[in-house]
Amino acid sequence: MDINKDSTWEELTPGGTIYEAGNAREFKTGDWRSMTPVWIPEKCKQCGLCYPVCPDDAIPVGKDLCRGEFNYEYCKGCGICAKACPFKAIEMREEGK
Amino acid sequence: MSIRERLSGNEATAYAMKQINPDVVAAFPITPSTEIPQYFSTYVANGQVDTEFVAVESEHSAMSACIGAQAAGARAMTATSANGLEYMWEMVQIASSSRLPIVMGLVNRAISGPLNIHCDHTDAMSVRDAGWIMLFSENNQEAYDNMLMAHRIAEHKDVMLPLMVCQDGFITSHAIEAIQLEEDEKVKQFVGEYHPEHYLLDRENPIAVGPMDLQPYLTEHKKQQAVAMANAKQVILDVAKEFEDMTGRHYEFFERYCMDDAEFVIVCMNSTAGTVKTVVDELREQGIKAGLLKIRVFRPFPGEEIADALRNAKAVAVLDKVPLVSNVGGPLYEDITSSMFNRGVHVNTINYTYGVGGRDVTADQIKSVYHDLQYTTDMSVPYRFLGLKEGK
Amino acid sequence: MYNVKEIVANKPSRFTAGHRMCAGCGAPALARMILRAVKPEDHVVVSNATGCMEVSTCIYPYTAWSDSYIHTAFECASATASGVEAAYKSMKKQGKLPADKDTKFIVFGGDGGTYDIGIQSLSGAMERGHNLTYVCYDNGAYMNTGIQRSSATPRFADTTTSPAGNVIPGKMQSRKDLTEIMVQHHIPYVCQTAAIGVFQDLYEKAEKAIYTDGPAFINALAPCPRGWGYATEDLMEINKLAVETCYWPLYEVVNGVYHVNYKPANKVPVSEWLKKQKRFKHMFKPGNEWMIEEFQKEVDKRWNDLLLKEEMTNKPEQA
Repeated sequence: MDINKDSTWEELTPGGTIYEAGNAREFKTGDWRSMTPVWIPEKCKQCGLCYPVCPDDAIPVGKDLCRGEFNYEYCKGCGICAKACPFKAIEMREEGK
Repeated sequence: MSIRERLSGNEATAYAMKQINPDVVAAFPITPSTEIPQYFSTYVANGQVDTEFVAVESEHSAMSACIGAQAAGARAMTATSANGLEYMWEMVQIASSSRLPIVMGLVNRAISGPLNIHCDHTDAMSVRDAGWIMLFSENNQEAYDNMLMAHRIAEHKDVMLPLMVCQDGFITSHAIEAIQLEEDEKVKQFVGEYHPEHYLLDRENPIAVGPMDLQPYLTEHKKQQAVAMANAKQVILDVAKEFEDMTGRHYEFFERYCMDDAEFVIVCMNSTAGTVKTVVDELREQGIKAGLLKIRVFRPFPGEEIADALRNAKAVAVLDKVPLVSNVGGPLYEDITSSMFNRGVHVNTINYTYGVGGRDVTADQIKSVYHDLQYTTDMSVPYRFLGLKEGK
Repeated sequence: MYNVKEIVANKPSRFTAGHRMCAGCGAPALARMILRAVKPEDHVVVSNATGCMEVSTCIYPYTAWSDSYIHTAFECASATASGVEAAYKSMKKQGKLPADKDTKFIVFGGDGGTYDIGIQSLSGAMERGHNLTYVCYDNGAYMNTGIQRSSATPRFADTTTSPAGNVIPGKMQSRKDLTEIMVQHHIPYVCQTAAIGVFQDLYEKAEKAIYTDGPAFINALAPCPRGWGYATEDLMEINKLAVETCYWPLYEVVNGVYHVNYKPANKVPVSEWLKKQKRFKHMFKPGNEWMIEEFQKEVDKRWNDLLLKEEMTNKPEQA
């Protein structure tokens, strides 16, 4: 995204219209976390209860229909996935520990 | 070859819209603009246009739907008056800030309150800083012509601003006069097609319209709007030249009537200009050097050009068809005097509020203005009421 | 057969990460799954009312929406969408858009922009029969401006404009039933849903709504940890209890015929849901038992009325 807070009026898009749909991906929200989810694959039954609940699309599901490691670039540490998991396959730990 | 007809201002506006054949019309009725969506609905029902007519449930929704349609990539039009304009006021701002060349017919009527459905310019004046191009029309011919030129101005890539064509409610909107219409094919060719670069329905290049625009960005986006408005000046003249080539009818920022050697000048907009012209003719026969400056383009305000046109007058009266409640002057008066100041034009200029709420403007009243101008040396009361009934 | 794994793996997310809604907000997961119900080959234009979702997902120069998106103002998302849909119909008819490709129009509004300030334009759009889907993410208050009461706020809830004070104990009015108001617009599809389990109810209803010809309305429960006063991680439990207590029944009305999709075998007392939220804390003070009783009575009445409507509208035609 070339446009930033130092852009001049000549550089901005007219009317504030954004031409790159979905470019919010460039804005990383991972630094919002104070708690971090940790995935414990051995306990995970791939039941599918965690990834739809994530507000930030931070649990990827591959073509093999299995969830993978958290996307820590976006995870805000809300803990919904950990609570939703019936198998205790997600633990919340303090960020940085 | 122009076609001679007899139409009211509303009919002429609807007829122009028919020839323009916009993709979407979203409108809600309000006196005295109601007839425009009514006539247009008949065209839709009879298959004479390709337009999708959205009978919205309010004027706020009318402008919202126009914004949605225009942002989607379509030509959208609407018409309203007074309180309808006030209801859509929020969206009128957004139409301009989103840089969408929506075209609207504004049939001027007094804003409430108290309630009055007749003509004055309070509605137009309430949106004069919304960032719309505003063209005023003396009669049905001008309303029609302005409507035909509208899209060529608004959709110009250096402009991309919405545009409203104003005309006096009832006085011209409902009065049937002679008019010259252009042929459908000629209009179609002149107006052309709308091909925006970025639009919602472009599935290959989806866009987001109307984001939250925080502190680092709003100022610069508003600068862009200001530049677009300034660019509109030249575009208006260029389009008028092309229009004249097609129709023989000449348009500029304003009309100069007996201005070459005019000493006593009235400045006004819309239908009152017709009455003033009659009085000017009469006074000229008596040897009084009266003149009229009739403003067509109110936004972008051609301040420099107006100031220059008034430079050699002895006294000027600006007629504002709005009530004076600000304790300063009427909107047209403020724009003109500040332009004169900036241009070094020092001519005694006084301000009249007149014709409020459809009050008749008579030739005698206009004559009294010219009388005042001839004998004005005392500038201590620049703000005056024309036609006010006061204490005996 | 609904398969959440296939859907999440194969249908792209049209609502990206990188948005700035609160950690744990109940709305983004709804929006993402609803958009997943759109066929991959269909384009979408989203119209969004001002509110939590809009101010957090489209901040210049970023947008979290991979489809086209428009925000204009607070009360007119439906009118804006009506204009977009009208433009689409007009341009398609005139051959200005490809004839063989479809675009879907989906409106998102909070309860503020839907039940209150936005109800006029919603009603107008539904009545005119535009081919669009309106999704209300109902978090029960004007959350974006700081948790003020709306007509969707449950009775007795503590909000910043209906605080539980010494004289007036919270919002004294019962919540308006907008889903039923939409049913009375006689549109082809109306439903109430929530994010439960693997989101099957939500997804299937979204698919039906989006692919029904004409106007469709979805009312989706969107818990707000900040406004309701619960720990963010409890989202799914809050959703589940809302449904199990019959406070938020899952139902749909297809061409006027009611289908109650879930009838709990053991209806849970609504106090179980209320006690989990700080906004109802004052109802549990000694002497305030009458509030919980009133609340339960209302939940029961609306639930029973719903069951009666289901019975009434499913009767075979009388000869």
